[in-house]
Amino acid sequence: MSQKKAMLIDLTLCVGCNACQGACKEENRLPPNEEKYLSLTAYTALSKYNDLYIRRMCQHCEVPTCVSVCPVGALSKLEAGPVAYDGEKCIGCRYCLQACPFHVPKYEWSSTKPRIQKCKFCASRLAKGLQPACAEACPTGATMFGDRDELLVEAARRINAEPAKFVPRIYGKDDVGGTSMFYISPVPFEQLGFDSRLGKTPMPMLTMSALSKVPNVLSVGGVMLGGIWWITNRRSEVQAHEAALKKGEAYQREDNP
Amino acid sequence: MRIRLLPRITGWHPIATTLILAGTIAAIARFTYGLGATTNLSDEFPWGLWIGFDFLGIGLAASGFTIVAAVNLFHAKEYEPIVRPAILTAFIGYLLVVLVLIIDLGRPDHFWHPLVMWNPHSVMCEISWCLMLYTTVLSLEFAPIILEKLNIFSPIKWIHAISLPLMIFGVLLSTLHQSSFGSLYLIVPNRLHALWYTPMLPVLFFISCIASGVSMVILESLILSRGRRDFLPTPLRANLAKIIAVTLAVYFVVRVQDLLTRGALHELTTLTYYSIAFYAELLIGFVIPFALLLIERIRTSRRGLYTATLLVVVGFAFNRMNTAITGLEQYPTQTYFPSLIEVFIMLGITAVGFSAFSFIVKHLPIFEAVAASPRIPTEAVAGQPEPIFLSREGGDLESS
Repeated sequence: MSQKKAMLIDLTLCVGCNACQGACKEENRLPPNEEKYLSLTAYTALSKYNDLYIRRMCQHCEVPTCVSVCPVGALSKLEAGPVAYDGEKCIGCRYCLQACPFHVPKYEWSSTKPRIQKCKFCASRLAKGLQPACAEACPTGATMFGDRDELLVEAARRINAEPAKFVPRIYGKDDVGGTSMFYISPVPFEQLGFDSRLGKTPMPMLTMSALSKVPNVLSVGGVMLGGIWWITNRRSEVQAHEAALKKGEAYQREDNP
Repeated sequence: MRIRLLPRITGWHPIATTLILAGTIAAIARFTYGLGATTNLSDEFPWGLWIGFDFLGIGLAASGFTIVAAVNLFHAKEYEPIVRPAILTAFIGYLLVVLVLIIDLGRPDHFWHPLVMWNPHSVMCEISWCLMLYTTVLSLEFAPIILEKLNIFSPIKWIHAISLPLMIFGVLLSTLHQSSFGSLYLIVPNRLHALWYTPMLPVLFFISCIASGVSMVILESLILSRGRRDFLPTPLRANLAKIIAVTLAVYFVVRVQDLLTRGALHELTTLTYYSIAFYAELLIGFVIPFALLLIERIRTSRRGLYTATLLVVVGFAFNRMNTAITGLEQYPTQTYFPSLIEVFIMLGITAVGFSAFSFIVKHLPIFEAVAASPRIPTEAVAGQPEPIFLSREGGDLESS
């Protein structure tokens, strides 16, 4: 497998220091205030559930819903893993906001030339061989960066080593077809605000089942409608012809008594 | 024949002028201050009233393809008098929807991007293409009516020459995007309420648009035949009503069967905000008009038909708004209610639509019965009457 990158977030190791958000804001030149929810100025945010800190950001799905819905291809999945956004292409239809199963993209509503904002998975750093700013800043190793397949092995190893400590699930391994962000947790994910009903099928498949019928509708439908017209048209032609013939016969009878 | 029982809109001109003016001011505000300041849309609720309006406009304009298909592909020639009103309705409807879509876009200046930047996986991309192509088809179908009035006949021949493939293409495009508006929501199974989310959404959207499109034509014929000659004979209108009834029945069966198979029927056993919205939609738009249209006396009475088709249209509006707004309200933490500016823009654009319709009807030969009456001079001034697209007597597709 190619060098597809990912991050593993071990919720048992996170101490809530917020260094990830700080580093992220610095990297992306965002105002340095601490934020609890994802916003235009917070591509990652820590929220607290009981004693656990949950770090949220774009999941950089393997088969991204946002990429599939974007009518102009402003969103794209890079080979290394990040889901990238090109504001110059974006027409502002906001289908990505509507469709993202994780509610990640945020919109610059107050601008007259609005764009979306979200975690970039530090694509430019990855291209240089660096790890994302947040992973580099994490003092406890709660956020760990690496190759996707290796991190999956590592996550499974941690869960198997201490089965009492973790729920037996790697969130993001195959949810919505797999993401680039894996979470392992000591409590069931539903209790932490994760949507665990998303299923394993990538969301874009739901649309493809309908869109894949488009060529059939066009070809079969076109031939069918043409055929129907041919038949009905022929029928009325024949009718007109027969009527004309009858009329002609009538004239002939009148002419030759 | 005058119909006194129907409500007469008095003072329409001042109302329309006010609405259009308010809408224009609202639109200026939207472009000056951006979406955030002028709408109640948010990250949690990125699509609102305007998308609902688009659904509505496109659905009600469905007459454009159903009637054209019936008359010119299926040779139900007796319905010819309603071909032009149907095309006009569709043409205005589509132009307005495109206008609203552009206002709704965050970057209206990038509206042309789908033309050059494709994403074949996106329903939105397919819809943009269908809308552009079908609006072009409609303008070609409509052009002869204007050209005829201007006594320019040579382009009509050209359009006439391609009319058959053009109409087939139009019907196919309509089939695609009418259903695709439903497909838009296939990707949000986690957001849309179970009463509305179903893999059958595209099919349901398609079936219901046939009922609403035909209902619109009947409504138009009833309203516009007030005070002048009726251009659609009562038996034909009754037949159209039968088609609506059948479509409603098919829709009802597909919808309920779908709820059953998905196991969503239990959502209806308790009265919640959602189940009430669902009942309202299904009763007003489908069950009651279906029951009414089964009665022959109603199908042949103007007043009865007026009520029944109005119910279909209102119920249809309910259905689209429920899909676009109500059904999505369960998920976001923030609920949505349109802002005044959103409402004004929508009303303004609706007023533009109605005004355009009545203006065009006054100045162009849209209605057979009207055109045949001595009030409007016949078009025969140019000498030899040319075959006219979408066809009148002698203007059949094969001639010329």
